[in-house]
Amino acid sequence: MFASFMVNAWEAATIVAVVAGVVGFFTVLRGAAFAAHSLPNGAFAGAAGAFLIGVNTIVGLGVFSLAGAGMIAGLGRRARSDVATALTIVLMLALGDLFLSRTSEYAPEIFSLLFGEVLGVSASKLAPTAVLAVVCIVAVIVLYRPLMLSSVAPDVADARGINTRAMDLAFLVVLALVTTMAVPVVGSLLIFSLLIGPPAAARSFTNRPPVAMGLSVVFALVTVWVAIAVSYETNLPIGFFVGALSAFAYTVGRAWAAWQQRRGRRHHSRDESVADLTERTTANAGAR
Amino acid sequence: MSVTTDPVPAVGESPLGIGTGMSAPDTVLQVEDVSVSLAGRRVLDRVSFSIEGGEFCGLIGSNGAGKTTLLRAILGLIHPSSGRIVVSGGTRTRRNPQIGYVPQKITLETDMPLRARDLVGLGLDGHRFGISRPGAKRRTAVDEMLEAVGATRFADARIGNLSGGEQQRVMIAQALICRPKLLLLDEPLANLDIRSAAEVVDLLAQIAGEQRIAILLSAHDMNPLLPVMDRVVYLADGRAAAGTTDEVVRTDTLSALYGHHVEVIHVAGRVLVVSGAEHQAHHPGDADPSVREA
Amino acid sequence: MLALSWSSLFEPGFFSSEPVQVALVVGAITAVVSGIVGVFTVIRGQSFAGHALSDIGTAGGSAAFLVGASTIYGFVAFNVVAAGVMELIGIRKPRGRDLATGIVLGASLGLAALFLYEDTISSSTTGATVNVLFGSIFTLPPGITTVMAVLGATSVALIALVYRPLLLSSVSYELAAARRVPVRLVGGSYLLALALAVSMSAVTIGAILSTALLIGPAAIALRLATRTGVAIAVAAAVAVFACWVGTLIAYDSTVWAGGNGWPVSFCIVAVIFVLYFASGVVARFRGDRRQATTSDQRLAAELVEVA
Repeated sequence: MFASFMVNAWEAATIVAVVAGVVGFFTVLRGAAFAAHSLPNGAFAGAAGAFLIGVNTIVGLGVFSLAGAGMIAGLGRRARSDVATALTIVLMLALGDLFLSRTSEYAPEIFSLLFGEVLGVSASKLAPTAVLAVVCIVAVIVLYRPLMLSSVAPDVADARGINTRAMDLAFLVVLALVTTMAVPVVGSLLIFSLLIGPPAAARSFTNRPPVAMGLSVVFALVTVWVAIAVSYETNLPIGFFVGALSAFAYTVGRAWAAWQQRRGRRHHSRDESVADLTERTTANAGAR
Repeated sequence: MSVTTDPVPAVGESPLGIGTGMSAPDTVLQVEDVSVSLAGRRVLDRVSFSIEGGEFCGLIGSNGAGKTTLLRAILGLIHPSSGRIVVSGGTRTRRNPQIGYVPQKITLETDMPLRARDLVGLGLDGHRFGISRPGAKRRTAVDEMLEAVGATRFADARIGNLSGGEQQRVMIAQALICRPKLLLLDEPLANLDIRSAAEVVDLLAQIAGEQRIAILLSAHDMNPLLPVMDRVVYLADGRAAAGTTDEVVRTDTLSALYGHHVEVIHVAGRVLVVSGAEHQAHHPGDADPSVREA
Repeated sequence: MLALSWSSLFEPGFFSSEPVQVALVVGAITAVVSGIVGVFTVIRGQSFAGHALSDIGTAGGSAAFLVGASTIYGFVAFNVVAAGVMELIGIRKPRGRDLATGIVLGASLGLAALFLYEDTISSSTTGATVNVLFGSIFTLPPGITTVMAVLGATSVALIALVYRPLLLSSVSYELAAARRVPVRLVGGSYLLALALAVSMSAVTIGAILSTALLIGPAAIALRLATRTGVAIAVAAAVAVFACWVGTLIAYDSTVWAGGNGWPVSFCIVAVIFVLYFASGVVARFRGDRRQATTSDQRLAAELVEVA
């Protein structure tokens, strides 16, 4: 399992898992599960388009995911965010359909873009992946405080002069970058599961943001490593194990939290989190 | 699907029903020694009070004091661990048309496809399955209710587009259209500007007086209610002091309630409750721990 | 000149082509159901669930394909179970709810990966993948019409049944609960209707169009209509219109775009987007005039408060 050709897979997956844990923390905090699904899925259309015009698929991914981020933010100004996201993914997929129809060959890349082909990662792909990973993490660190505030208490953020609209777009751009970097390596399905499963589980065990982010990364790493190992042994697709492990982690997290609540340790209801508590507080403060 | 039909006021009859003509006040709500525990915490501790028809009662307390819990217990959504709640002389049945309810700040998106009059109509039969059959009787009942709360002006506007005060009027109309004896409102003034809040309070006082409906309204600040409040239930950490404003809002009564000294100050027509700088676990919204608005 | 442009709009053989006729009828029925269910989906903020169910159904479809059963049964089975799970998890806050939806979706896509992998192993065609994922209105599986009609009718009937309490609990869950509405039953019934509608549309017109017709026409209708009944009618009408015009464009495109022409899904989505932006313009124009009255009153009230 640790043969030389597999080392790339382990390294690539580790890089992706770390980024997914970090960005996933905010994804879950902001309830952006739909965007986390739509950008990677829709970006694949960009890869198909790039393939059509003979450009590197990564470029196609990048352009489409960034355009998608812009569209979600733009449509979201005058519509509900989930409607904006739905319209965006629909348009991107329809364009993907259009591009696919122009060629008679189904590029085998399509399957791997959807479901991942981490076992086939070449060393040359590692470098750009790592670079983009660093960019994503740096972006999150730089944006941490304003992003945190505008995610948890947007009204307070507005009052403090933070442009929440710009924060929304910034977060989506980070998601787009994660997409660009991760989809060629692990596929759109995997990056989606990694962005929400492990962070959701992490949140159940702690209310403190830095700890939650750290736990997200840990859980994401464990998920990916176990998935690679089992996939290697059984020859079954990695996506299956990542999806299953994410669901398992989420369930365990919720069960734990429910049990804690029943024992009276928490006096607010389970699906009320730090975010909700703060929302309530600031809303009441604003009412006076 | 349902067998019984809710009474729709006949054309010409006041939508709130003609007053019963009883000169002796009737007890609409009786709360006896009610305690409620949630998730191991005692939220309400032996609360007792009663309200009669036509009385305007303020349920005052800061956040976390137990106001919403008490309202939910009266509605029958929560079961008290001890004590008894009696509404209008009978025990509460599955669905009690005697109680009208205006919940805490509902967020209405602008794309909600309901006009003000549609929401009031939902107050009539929104709980029943199927689709409403439009009819003159229904329309008249809704029109009259809108008139009674002063919402005719914006009856056909989208509820998502209305201001906070306007939405509140529509919600009140929705709660009153089935002619309840008791109207519960959970923090209806919280997000309103001063003028809208005063208008809502005046409207409610008028309704209470004219139609002999008992009103229980929760708030964290009792000042907007002082002109019209007949009695007050003051909640602190789950314990209650009930009676008229003069009986309850006094230094000695509230000090006993809080368990430490508080000073009740009347200043420029307003009431302030000032306490020592004590750590208050359930008042995260306080700006200054030493002064608490009554 | 009018005759010339009319005949060039409809390429020869459009109306007499049997696949087109079936597509128009099937598309219309699917569109109506999607429009009706879609309005409630949007106002309840459950667009993600509506989209997720089309992908979740795909996992079911692949499972069915694997065991040789008709894909529609797999779709329905998986969607109903998923809808049940979503309701049982029972989170009410939108963020938590979308997260739960995402987890269910992720797990289902994982299963889909598994089934499709087995498919590819057993029948060595990747065409199956794309077919299950995208579907095509021009190549409907045989005997689909009866099942479709049943699914569609059941879905609409469920919505009609819970219409009033669903509206009430969408306005305020608390209020509905206080009025003794069985809120979880009502919410669950709506999710079931959604599951059936999405199953129906994803199989006949593909996963992309399923979401497009569910959310797009509803979003358009909600910008334009003030009353629920009107919104539902407009959504259904817009959906049918988009379907028919899109199908027409796709058919015509075989002539002027070469090859197989443009895919139907793209054409229908394009029509929906054009209508969406048009409705935005209309809404802004109308809204400016109407908003003026209410905001003036609000401004006056604020001035009083300041003074």
